[in-house]
Amino acid sequence: MTVRTGSLPVLWVLGLVLLVASAAVAITIGPAALSVRDVYGIVAEHLGAGPSGTTRIQDGIVWQLRLPRVLLAAVCGAGLALCGAILQSLLRNPLADPFVLGVSSGASTGAVLIAVLGVGGGALTLSGGAFLGAVLSFGVVLGLAYAAGGGTDRVVLAGVAATQLFSALTSFIVLSSADAEQTRGVLFWLLGSLAGVTWNDVAVCAAVVGAGLVCCLAYARALDAFAFGDDAAATLGVSVRQARIVLLVMTALITAALVSAAGAIGFVGLVLPHAARFVVGPAHVRLLPTVAILGAVFMVWVDTLARTLFAPQELPTGVVTALLGVPAFALILLRRRGIPT
Amino acid sequence: MSLLADQVSWTRSGRLVLDGVTVEPDPGATVGLLGPNGSGKSSLLKLLAGVDRPSGGTVHLDGEPLTRMSRRRLARRVAMVAQHAETELHITVREVVRLGRIPHTGMIGTDTEGAAVVERALAATGLTDMTERFWHTLSGGERQRVQIARALAQDPDHLLLDEPTNHLDIAHQLEILALVRQLDITAVVALHDLNLSAMFCDHIVVLSGGVVVATGIPAEVLTEELIEMVYGVRCRVTVEDGLPHVRFAPG
Repeated sequence: MTVRTGSLPVLWVLGLVLLVASAAVAITIGPAALSVRDVYGIVAEHLGAGPSGTTRIQDGIVWQLRLPRVLLAAVCGAGLALCGAILQSLLRNPLADPFVLGVSSGASTGAVLIAVLGVGGGALTLSGGAFLGAVLSFGVVLGLAYAAGGGTDRVVLAGVAATQLFSALTSFIVLSSADAEQTRGVLFWLLGSLAGVTWNDVAVCAAVVGAGLVCCLAYARALDAFAFGDDAAATLGVSVRQARIVLLVMTALITAALVSAAGAIGFVGLVLPHAARFVVGPAHVRLLPTVAILGAVFMVWVDTLARTLFAPQELPTGVVTALLGVPAFALILLRRRGIPT
Repeated sequence: MSLLADQVSWTRSGRLVLDGVTVEPDPGATVGLLGPNGSGKSSLLKLLAGVDRPSGGTVHLDGEPLTRMSRRRLARRVAMVAQHAETELHITVREVVRLGRIPHTGMIGTDTEGAAVVERALAATGLTDMTERFWHTLSGGERQRVQIARALAQDPDHLLLDEPTNHLDIAHQLEILALVRQLDITAVVALHDLNLSAMFCDHIVVLSGGVVVATGIPAEVLTEELIEMVYGVRCRVTVEDGLPHVRFAPG
């Protein structure tokens, strides 16, 4: 199915309705009897409506645990998928994902320094350390790429180099210093986890992703112009250097914020842009909102599976995204045999 | 209404690629850019398109240096078809041609005459019947026509083409050049085929080692002496109906 023209706003509205419905249903799933009506009542009560008639425990489960978690899942899915779509277009590489800029491995190193070695003496939280690590490694990537000439292939190569370096540092620190319990905790975080989400995480990530989406939409036509490369984009009136810097910094910031809050959730940013392109075509005015909605719905369900499949034991989110996403993606690939993505 | 490269030089990685080149195409003319591989044809086209800045000299459009124009404004006047156009995207012919409207579209995206210009560009290049075909299903000649249509959708008064007949069979080479020639805009075309340049160009500029070694109408420029000097091959040039015809001597 390909929707390349008119009916898109309808598709977006349907997508948003599906997202809200998914979130409402996902919140009811798990230990503790809750209905969608209870969830609605509790949310309405917190937003100023009358008492919902639910218990304090139910209220706590919805408002303190599951609602922020579902919201962060949606924001993460939207943000990662958005970053993937932008980086694939900007770097003209179908294998690009939000982590191609070395951001996630930098974040991991930052988090491990805090968690295992206790760097910062308690002044820095795990996510604070992760954010600093992410920004630092992105700085390394950008600096190296521009010192080496600044083309898109240089950015990808510098990203690969930084990813290897920081991954090695992380492994080194964990293997040399962490005890078994710390190793388990760090590994869990490295594979992505939405457990222990706070409203603060939700607010920060939603603000960053929202601002990022608006900024990237302003560059939608410029991103289209990169279809045939940098020179072609330049002759179509795009300031290539400026567009590239703004979009790289934007995607790095979004990724850094998301990785700091939820760990490195793989796969979403790599695959969902391709799925979205199958549906709405390559024009970014249509692609970017679509991929954001798709990513949000996908992550809400992935996280629900991650926390319920082997309850009370949780699965790392990144494990579920891959286990679920790879077969789905293989199906799409097989059905589109012979067609470039 | 014209583009002028005034004494431009360009250095890449310490090597002087262009050295004091002056080119001023007449409005509406088709200008052929000849010269061996590495003589600076592509580099000159990129300077004319404003993709690269000359390290010496200036490129002007209507007397205004390109460096003082915004990229968007320039892209509405000068369009370029590069030698290699490749994309990984699953993109239709119409979507590629629509890219040409980017310099005419604001951030909010209103371009009232865009649809009509895109249709005209598709019609002028004979693509009206294949607008929904996908890029990766097109032959080399069709891709070249789509890129020319995309350039026409920019509604430019100058069109720069870098070896547009590369890898095409002779029928498609003739078709593409006839198309370019009948367009009512100034065209600068880098070419390898001397006979084709004689057939389709009003004016020829020959580059060798980054300098202009000859310029004029085809019958003046394409001489046995010049071809031997520039390309290092011997040939016979005969003139029929005012058009020079080049036959190469073996060995």
